[in-house]
Amino acid sequence: MASSSCLTKSKTSIIHHLKSIKLNSHNLLHTISSPPFPLPKQTTTSPIDSAIVCFQSLYFRRQLHSATSVNNEVHQLPAEAPLQQVLNYPVGKVKFTPKLAFTAGSTEERVPCYRVLNENGQPITDSDSLEISKELAVKMYTDMVTLEVMDTIFYEAQRQGRISFYATTTGEEAINIASAAALNNQDFVFPQYREPGVLLWRGFTLQEFAHQCFGNKYDNGKGRQMPIHYGSRKHNYFTVASTVATQIPHAVGAAYSLKMEKQDSCVITYFGDGGSSTADFHAAINFAAVLEVPVIFFCRNNGWAISTPTNEQFRSDGVVVRGKAYGVPSIRVDGNDALAIYTAVSGARKMAIEEQTPVLIEALTYRTGHHSTSDDSTKYRSIDEIEQWRGDQNPVKRFRKWIESKGWWSHEAESEHHINIRKQLSQAIQAAERVEKPRIADMFNDVYDVLPKNLMEQEAFIRKTIKKHTQDYPSDVPL
Amino acid sequence: MRGIISQKLGGLSSQVVGNYMLRLRPAASARHYSSATKEMTVRDALNSALDEEMAADPNVFVMGEEVGEYQGAYKITKGLLDKYGPERVVDTPITEAGFAGIGVGSAYHGLRPVIEFMTFNFSMQAIDHIINSAAKSNYMSAGQINVPIVFRGPNGPAAGVGAQHSQCYGAWYGSVPGLKVLVPYSSEDARGLLKAAIRDPDPVVFLENELLYGESFPVSAEALDSSFCLPIGKAKFSQCSSSVDRSQIEREGKDITITAFSKMVGYALKAAEILEKEGINAEVINLRSIRPLDRATINASVRKTNRLVTVEEGFPQHGVGAEICASVVEDSFGYLDAPVERIAGADVPTPYAANLERMAFPQIEDIVRAAKRACYRSVPMAATA
Repeated sequence: MASSSCLTKSKTSIIHHLKSIKLNSHNLLHTISSPPFPLPKQTTTSPIDSAIVCFQSLYFRRQLHSATSVNNEVHQLPAEAPLQQVLNYPVGKVKFTPKLAFTAGSTEERVPCYRVLNENGQPITDSDSLEISKELAVKMYTDMVTLEVMDTIFYEAQRQGRISFYATTTGEEAINIASAAALNNQDFVFPQYREPGVLLWRGFTLQEFAHQCFGNKYDNGKGRQMPIHYGSRKHNYFTVASTVATQIPHAVGAAYSLKMEKQDSCVITYFGDGGSSTADFHAAINFAAVLEVPVIFFCRNNGWAISTPTNEQFRSDGVVVRGKAYGVPSIRVDGNDALAIYTAVSGARKMAIEEQTPVLIEALTYRTGHHSTSDDSTKYRSIDEIEQWRGDQNPVKRFRKWIESKGWWSHEAESEHHINIRKQLSQAIQAAERVEKPRIADMFNDVYDVLPKNLMEQEAFIRKTIKKHTQDYPSDVPL
Repeated sequence: MRGIISQKLGGLSSQVVGNYMLRLRPAASARHYSSATKEMTVRDALNSALDEEMAADPNVFVMGEEVGEYQGAYKITKGLLDKYGPERVVDTPITEAGFAGIGVGSAYHGLRPVIEFMTFNFSMQAIDHIINSAAKSNYMSAGQINVPIVFRGPNGPAAGVGAQHSQCYGAWYGSVPGLKVLVPYSSEDARGLLKAAIRDPDPVVFLENELLYGESFPVSAEALDSSFCLPIGKAKFSQCSSSVDRSQIEREGKDITITAFSKMVGYALKAAEILEKEGINAEVINLRSIRPLDRATINASVRKTNRLVTVEEGFPQHGVGAEICASVVEDSFGYLDAPVERIAGADVPTPYAANLERMAFPQIEDIVRAAKRACYRSVPMAATA
């Protein structure tokens, strides 16, 4: 109301208008000429000072609220008020302008993408990247390859009908492994479903992956979820939910608990470009900003939400620009450059913990696999497009070129690693397939902390019935 | 409070309302309490329960809209901000999906959040987190992630707030495995059940009633103790045996069983008084818990009285009454001497106009008539509503 009417009025009438707003709104608006409280003097513009000013304005808003609830004292404007240049709005000072100018919805110029290695794995001159040791670089690379091979083999197992479902991380190996490498294993991970590499990095074994995908009695999810819905409390990796983006507010809640406990760790949550359209994303990032919690929002912008391309998903310059709208520091990073991701996540982690702030990272990449085994992406995108990303932008190849150029990797090591991982996976799958399926008790336990009476009765009843009619019940349900 | 009742009863004169209130009071104080020492409002009961649990466990915190500076839309969180500070009494932006989800996430990592919905109608915005996240995480993670969270707030029809603010979520949440659903009536219920909910390792949906917040009930010395806690899954009526603890009985009777929860318990007790005068001795069961449902108590009572009336303000189809009826048909069919009478809210979105609103929800007279029908007593055809 105020802004629209101000547009057509003279300065005097604007003052008059403000005055009336002031009177009507019981002190919620104050002009700079008559501050109701002594305001902090802003003498410098360094980020730290700005943050302090920002904090103080929040503090004063609280005071204001208490003051108005106690008394309804109305501050009058001085008889001859000077022309107002700035509106001291509760969230900060806002300059007035007589110009009618809408802010642009989108700009030609896109937010730049942070990258430190080019397509050939050559470091870009003067780049801000962290030095990493040979040992770390080799582990990052070998885990990326392990992830690639694991995806290939599990995908084939699904195609052979041995498991019901699978989704690969193909094209996003660097995001998985490099972000995990930059975190501390005590940091909590709230994944979507395309981040098994983080779990791999933390020591979840190939056999554990296989048990989960085959839903057998050794699956630490007791065979309750579809393949790829991994979870391991031991690895601080929260169980994957099928619901898109619900993990984002959960991550903010967990970050709030870390803040209350004053721990030196943070939370990371992953989601896709599609997930960034959900109400949960918007609610969570806004809450994180307001609650000032140590959480990293990691958006894997891989171009496709199942069959919906990003240009049909949003009109903004991707996801990174939303951070600014919510008051959250943000960066866009090349999702196929492992070193850039490692550096960006390291920086974000430091900032999140030291400054108790959320950070948004948008990694630009491409989903070179199908969405899942329920999808055939060639129906809605060209094979040429996929092949182009598999070649030029392949994150695994790029990192390999870099470690080879450092003299840390060789063809022999490559071939040995491949053979070794294939062998391990083949054994893991065969073993997982042979293991018994979950027991009948696992259908009932964990619904509640303690088994309630009605479930006890149901369990006892079904056991009795199975014993009585053994021949009518499937033999693969251990009692 | 009286204002709200008066609004609720719309067309009735203030004299009638006054009488109604007067008639409620003796009914309340006439009930059996082991050692009633003082009266307490449901609001104070909830507030004191929250306060005591927050004092006892630093992991308990409250989050919701207006819970801090404003002291809660219904003042249930009054005084807590001053006592426990803004880190444990968190005012949030207006996004139920946000603070419900964030509450769940904080519970994943050891906190014990109490999430206040300004009314349960707004929980619809957050239902994905209540059902898909809170209720299922322990199961889906095979016991690796438990979710000790309480979602609380006023539920059911209030007075004059129309379709989108007047509905009961008892049956909705009552159908979800993984949740516990509690429905307090009196101040003892409110204290004992809220304390139990906060201490429970599972997610609890705690359905209060706005129109009861200002009601006073006698509270025993035992219930005022900070260690007081009621069992989850037990109706306020234990087995009809000689060893029965009389303090657990809402109202004992022999001719007919009336089950009710939340505000309807008061209506059922009032109906029982009227029925008494006509020679029908009604037994009133205050469910206290919708999930788990105390089937044992309900069936034991029906086996004694052979007749059942269920009362709720929710919609009839797939309602709490339907579930109770199914339970009795399954377990005690042979004991029934009359068809089960099911009283529920009308099968329409709640109308705003006071006269229609009153018609849309169970009234004391409806319970009396249904009980008489079940006892094969003659019932005047003219509606008294």
